[in-house]
Amino acid sequence: MQHTRTQDTLVGLFVAAGIVALFFLSLQVSNIRSFMPADTYVITARFSNSGGLKVKSPVSVAGVRIGRVSNIYIDKETYESVVEMSIESKYDTLPDDTSATIYTAGLLGEQYINLDPGGSFDYLKNGGRIEITQSAIVLEEVIGRFLFQKAEE
Amino acid sequence: MLHFIQQLGSSTRTGFAKLGRATYFLGHTLTGIVDVAKRPRLLLNQLHSVGVLTFLIITISGLFVGMVLGLQGYNILSDFGSEEALGIMVAASLVRELGPVVTALLFAGRAGSALTAEIGLMKATEQLSGMEMMAVDPVNRIISPRFFAGFLSMPLLAALFSMVGILGGHIVGVGLLGVDDGSYWSQMQANLDFYDDIVNGVIKSIVFGFVTTWIALFEGYDSVPTAEGVSRATTRTVVNSAFAILGLDFILTAMMFGDI
Repeated sequence: MQHTRTQDTLVGLFVAAGIVALFFLSLQVSNIRSFMPADTYVITARFSNSGGLKVKSPVSVAGVRIGRVSNIYIDKETYESVVEMSIESKYDTLPDDTSATIYTAGLLGEQYINLDPGGSFDYLKNGGRIEITQSAIVLEEVIGRFLFQKAEE
Repeated sequence: MLHFIQQLGSSTRTGFAKLGRATYFLGHTLTGIVDVAKRPRLLLNQLHSVGVLTFLIITISGLFVGMVLGLQGYNILSDFGSEEALGIMVAASLVRELGPVVTALLFAGRAGSALTAEIGLMKATEQLSGMEMMAVDPVNRIISPRFFAGFLSMPLLAALFSMVGILGGHIVGVGLLGVDDGSYWSQMQANLDFYDDIVNGVIKSIVFGFVTTWIALFEGYDSVPTAEGVSRATTRTVVNSAFAILGLDFILTAMMFGDI
């Protein structure tokens, strides 16, 4: 091989570029921190209607994401939607009279849970339950109610 | 009628025989990892001809695919007033599908056909038999380094394709059309998952690299050792690789992203 050294350099550059690309994809394009299994604790909330909420939907306080929805299932007796949320352990000072509301990001955006901290000095622990909840707004319901009011007038 | 049935039987038999030879060939190639470990120089040479020489076509295609995605995506998304979602649209389509698939198709056309032609010509000019006469195993010595070079290059090339594509989308979307720079990246980061999207994309490209290189080397090794035979083998490489890539892509997508 005559051009061994050039070849070595080119192969080295190629492999380095490939690895840079992989790092770019992991760090810049996806959020690798969400892959790191951060310490979390689970709290639940019951909604009469959880709307378009999905597993992995964000849970936020004052617009900052502090966790994700980890499970959604229906209570067989009360027909309520039970939503389990994994909250990062560093946010362990949620009062136990916190209220949960399902909001929509933008008009057509995805739905997320907003937590409104109350004033209690007892904090929610692992397995804790949020008592005060407000269901998702279903657009059809709102429009239906509006039309009904109009008709009454 | 009888003739037709006979033909069906014979083509089934030759098909299965070829599949068997290909599997045996793959096993033999994989054992060559010992020789490759002993002589890393062989692998390096092949990384140059398989990887480095494919680099240019991959990056240029990636750039243009990303730019087209940026332009088309902007036109549709602006109808819904959600231009900010351009980043996630470009990145998701590149990382999940276009990166691995288009890279594999280009790889089959650029490197796969070259590998088939090279091996086929070696066979036609009896270089492989010559090595056997000297008690050198041609599969371990010639085929294995090429196989592992292709296998290693594919994920790197696919990652490069996606990266250049995302930057191309950024050039068109943010630079020319005026999408906000911050929302281009933040929407992407918020919605793409490291495991679900990036790792699955890399797994796809590893599978495609494995299959494409295997098909290319086997077609060359199995070719009829004449000028026409080599030319047919080269064509078969490109056609079969394309079928294998697109078919496997559907299966992998269904397994990774679908709820089938």
